[in-house]
Amino acid sequence: MSGVQPAPPDPMVPQVARVRRRRQDAPDVFTLELEPEGAAAAAFAPGQFNMLTAFGVGESAISMSGDPARKGGVIHTIRAVGSVSRALTELRRGDRLGLRGPFGVGWPMADLDGKDVIVMAGGIGLAPLRPVIYRLLAERDRFAEVAILYGTRSPADMLFRSELEGWRQRLDVTLEVTVDHASEGWHGHVGVVTTLLPRIRVDPEKVVALLCGPEIMMRFAVQALTSMGVPAESIYVSMERNMKCAIGLCGHCQFSPVFVCKDGPVFRYDRVRYLLALKEL
Amino acid sequence: MAVTGLERIVREHPFFAGLDEAFVELVVGCAKNVRFEPGAYLCREGSPADQLYLIREGRVVLEIAAPGRGAIVFQTVGAGEIVGISWLFPPYRWNYDVRAVERVRAISMDATCLRDKCEADHTLGYDVMKRLVPILMQRLQATRLQILDVYGKPAA
Repeated sequence: MSGVQPAPPDPMVPQVARVRRRRQDAPDVFTLELEPEGAAAAAFAPGQFNMLTAFGVGESAISMSGDPARKGGVIHTIRAVGSVSRALTELRRGDRLGLRGPFGVGWPMADLDGKDVIVMAGGIGLAPLRPVIYRLLAERDRFAEVAILYGTRSPADMLFRSELEGWRQRLDVTLEVTVDHASEGWHGHVGVVTTLLPRIRVDPEKVVALLCGPEIMMRFAVQALTSMGVPAESIYVSMERNMKCAIGLCGHCQFSPVFVCKDGPVFRYDRVRYLLALKEL
Repeated sequence: MAVTGLERIVREHPFFAGLDEAFVELVVGCAKNVRFEPGAYLCREGSPADQLYLIREGRVVLEIAAPGRGAIVFQTVGAGEIVGISWLFPPYRWNYDVRAVERVRAISMDATCLRDKCEADHTLGYDVMKRLVPILMQRLQATRLQILDVYGKPAA
């Protein structure tokens, strides 16, 4: 049987998508559920990202924050920090935007079987880790201990509060939340996210730690984990650089020999350790 | 019998984990069990730092009062951790308030007693110092992170 095969979609050409839902998670953080026009949402792996275009403003790399197993729209949690991300967060239900992806290498889900897993998030870093958490909880029997550690600036900046409360009620998961700066009425933990590590029970020899947050926070977290005896090759970090093409061509996100968009954004720590302290990168 | 129980508790607390048996006997002589109800203060800023607390159960907050802002909590400390560094260095005064936010059970070490024993036996003193300095370093690092405000918006 012969026939003309349809050309594969051009990774540089965005699909048009519409905003199906918009929810405010924190003063400057919004979650959008997007519905691609004329096509089903593409499958993705936890940790991957899409390039989202605010028409007339620009394009930005945003990690998926929804459950990879859930049918329906594509979910992104976006913090308004620059012109593009601000324009994206200002979109309303029914508004259109451009979407291409998914791109990149995500979290090493297959390597977590039988392991203790630490999910350590700082600030908006909880969003790229939320797909991992969904899968850890849905397939809980595959893993040994599961600990979720989340640090944020203040109680008002906390993301996904109702979900955090739900996860905390589970008996098979340890969830610890901390804020750097407490406000009146906050009765939870105060201190940086690394101060939560002594509160969890994991075996350093069989633990895998997944870190996402500001790079300084991740460096401190790595120090704390290694001082507990966790090997560098058991620590994964999600890097953030200026992604443009998202397919390893343009070099905007080149991180010495690696392209963050194509070889990451998730990297095993021992493979990027020497790059993290370089001011020039 | 009570002393034996206290010895076991002191030995099992992470701060003194692995301490030489002879030293355990020495430091237990400075120790007693204490309990605080929620809201009770373990110490007040400016008061004599005459205790080292080994927290066994519950949580305390470290806080500083600021005019017009009330008490500002800057750290939570829980089971397995310690409260109190100021007892080791002159002028031996607490630099903050420590308040129980849950029912707290702790070992209270008499600081003068412990200091005297560390002074009399520098091997013990050096061992205690090696246990305190990493905690100081961790708290210094944590303070740096808080000051850096890493979750704040990057400068435009």
